[in-house]
Amino acid sequence: MCWSLRFCWAFLAVYGADYIMNPNNRNGLSRLFYNPTARSLFFQALILGLLLYFVMTIVGNVMTNLNQRGISTGFGFLSQPAGFGISQTLIEYNETFTFGRTFFVGLLNTLLVSFLGVIAATFLGVVVGISRISPNWLLRKISMVYVEILRNIPLLLQIFFWYYVVLQTLPRPRDSLSFGESIFINIRGVFVPKPVPDAGFSFYIALLVAAVVAVVALTIWAKRRMRDTGQQFPVFWTSIAILFGTAVIGFFITGRPIMLDYPELRGLNFRGGITILPELIALWFALTIYTSTYIGEIVRSGIESVSHGQTEACRALGLNEGHRMKLVILPQAMRVMIPPMTSQYLNLTKNSSLATAIGYPDLVSVFAGTTLNQTGQAIEIISMTMLVYLTISLLVSAFMNWFNRRVALVER
Amino acid sequence: MKKIATLVGATVAIMATAGAHANTLETVKNRGAVQCGVSDGLPGFSATDSSGRWQGIDADVCRAVAAAVFGDAEKVNFVSLTATERFTALQSGEIDILSRNTTWTLTRDASLGLNFTGVNYYDGQGFLVSKDLGVDTAKELDGASVCIQSGTTTELNLADYFRVNGMSYEPVLYDTSDQTVGGFEAGRCDVLTSDQSQLYALRIQLSDPDSAVVLPEVISKEPLGPVVRQGDDAWFNVVKWSLYAMINAEEMGITTANAEEMKSSNDPGIQRFLGVSGNMGELLGVSNDWAFNISKQVGNYGEVFERTVGTGSPLNISRGLNALWSDGGLQYAPPVR
Ligand SMILES: N[C@@H](CCC(=O)N[C@@H](CS)C(=O)NCC(=O)O)C(=O)O
Repeated sequence: MCWSLRFCWAFLAVYGADYIMNPNNRNGLSRLFYNPTARSLFFQALILGLLLYFVMTIVGNVMTNLNQRGISTGFGFLSQPAGFGISQTLIEYNETFTFGRTFFVGLLNTLLVSFLGVIAATFLGVVVGISRISPNWLLRKISMVYVEILRNIPLLLQIFFWYYVVLQTLPRPRDSLSFGESIFINIRGVFVPKPVPDAGFSFYIALLVAAVVAVVALTIWAKRRMRDTGQQFPVFWTSIAILFGTAVIGFFITGRPIMLDYPELRGLNFRGGITILPELIALWFALTIYTSTYIGEIVRSGIESVSHGQTEACRALGLNEGHRMKLVILPQAMRVMIPPMTSQYLNLTKNSSLATAIGYPDLVSVFAGTTLNQTGQAIEIISMTMLVYLTISLLVSAFMNWFNRRVALVER
Repeated sequence: MKKIATLVGATVAIMATAGAHANTLETVKNRGAVQCGVSDGLPGFSATDSSGRWQGIDADVCRAVAAAVFGDAEKVNFVSLTATERFTALQSGEIDILSRNTTWTLTRDASLGLNFTGVNYYDGQGFLVSKDLGVDTAKELDGASVCIQSGTTTELNLADYFRVNGMSYEPVLYDTSDQTVGGFEAGRCDVLTSDQSQLYALRIQLSDPDSAVVLPEVISKEPLGPVVRQGDDAWFNVVKWSLYAMINAEEMGITTANAEEMKSSNDPGIQRFLGVSGNMGELLGVSNDWAFNISKQVGNYGEVFERTVGTGSPLNISRGLNALWSDGGLQYAPPVR
């Protein structure tokens, strides 16, 4: 009933427009519709109206259906205690915290694995891409085989491979592989010492900040000097020396302000230190390797897109290999590489939701999994989760667009 | 990813259909089969045997309903669901009955738009540990890694138990029981926790069942039973009374073997039950020989119990709480009258 009535309205609107636009019915109002701007405005308004109507219908349906079926609705559940544990939490959490908190715990875990994945996949991808066009035959073939094989094995299988075939065959806690009695590896993960700040820590941090400021100043100075006089300065190596030197010497003169909390086998498990979950490692490895094959191809095609004439010109100018890549080829290749690179980063982030398959506590597993199941608020939770992935994607592409504009060719 | 697909699909289904009409019994009769949600494979409760047939105490509840509605216990389509998928599948109408070792709790009853129709197995949560851990009681589990199936009451009870006892633990969550058992066997966790009956079921799935023991502690009440959508009383009644019919049949001593001859019994209660007299079936909206069909084709509660989880099965669980009330257990059905 309600349906057909609303449908009639939409029908009238469309039909009415048709009537008005028939030249035989022309009057003052209809002449307005012969004005292209007014007409296009009318149709845009109409489409918008229909869209709104569509959305309203859906929302209306959902509310009616949920009410009828006695399913509770609303976001009130977010402030209820969660009552379940989560194995990896970057912010403070235990089962007395709220369902709302589980959202953030899951979100941070998603961001962590995505961030680690993007960084590692980029490094590995660049190496693979450059090897693909290396003059060395063996390197070229190995990287080709790497790309062709790993790109064609489904990601989920690769995750299972790392998790079940590699990590689940590690020894149990009692027989852990131990490295210098401070790093331990077993089936429950990798256990490393945790740095804990001690007296003098803030002083040490101040020293490090000063070193970074010095390096920035040095870079600016060297650039100016180079522009004005043409003289070069080994900025890179000097910076490394300054940073490293401050870190080491500063550590001792501030009286060793960082202590290490070593992991130690107590009872059934290791306690203390930092635990890196095998679920995280498996997911991270799989995402990195899978995405690196695509990034490798993007890097290769980016470099190959720069015409050979540029290389020859560099040689003619007497630039060495390194300078040629850094100053001439890569800046031009970047322009071709950035847009497809963006979609790889987005893919990696979205693929990280395969975490559920091995129980890594990401947003989908914790929030759209356990929280959804314990509260039954499917619509609210799935909407929130989709919104998060949408937001992450939009933010990443906004950033990459900004970056793209920075490196884009400025046409004069 | 099947899980995400189910969830999103269900969400869309709820968005798109205006005003769901709630006559499941009619829908089921028109379809010609009951859609029954079961587990991914839990021996004794719902698991496929070597010929691909679903076996178990939960699967037989659905068969009983099919016997009542169609007079044919085989008119069931089984849909296997993980713990996280199950409620959404029922809410969205993908299944008519959820019979998947599901615990009856207040939250589920009151906020999911569902109704529990009874209890077909009284259970409680327990712990399975490997023998070489040398642990005799759950109180010694401080700091343990615990494998759990996600989306279960198990997850919540576990947190409560460790909290109350001032112990810490690392939860290791899996989606299916295969993965959970796999994680336990590989040593990813020290303990596997679940409903105790299921621990026996999972234990026989281990490559070496003798390497693991079930600890004595039972840390919760887990009444497991079939679930239907709320607000459809006719269907709710059919499912509820199909289960009660199995229990009543045991009380009356009606079995698969003797159902036929019991028809000529001169006990008016048995006559009413088997549809020889009265109109009990009609009142439920099914045929009058509904309870006869259940007893004949599926068997009474005791028979089903022994065949699926009891002494006639590899699980070898004793009746315990699940004995008839008259034998000191909790199984009790209102009279058919
Ligand atoms: N009774 C509990 C637990 C139910 C549950 O899912 N238990 C697991 C035991 S590990 C199971 O049945 N798994 C079988 C499967 O996933 O197929 C509940 O309702 O939340």
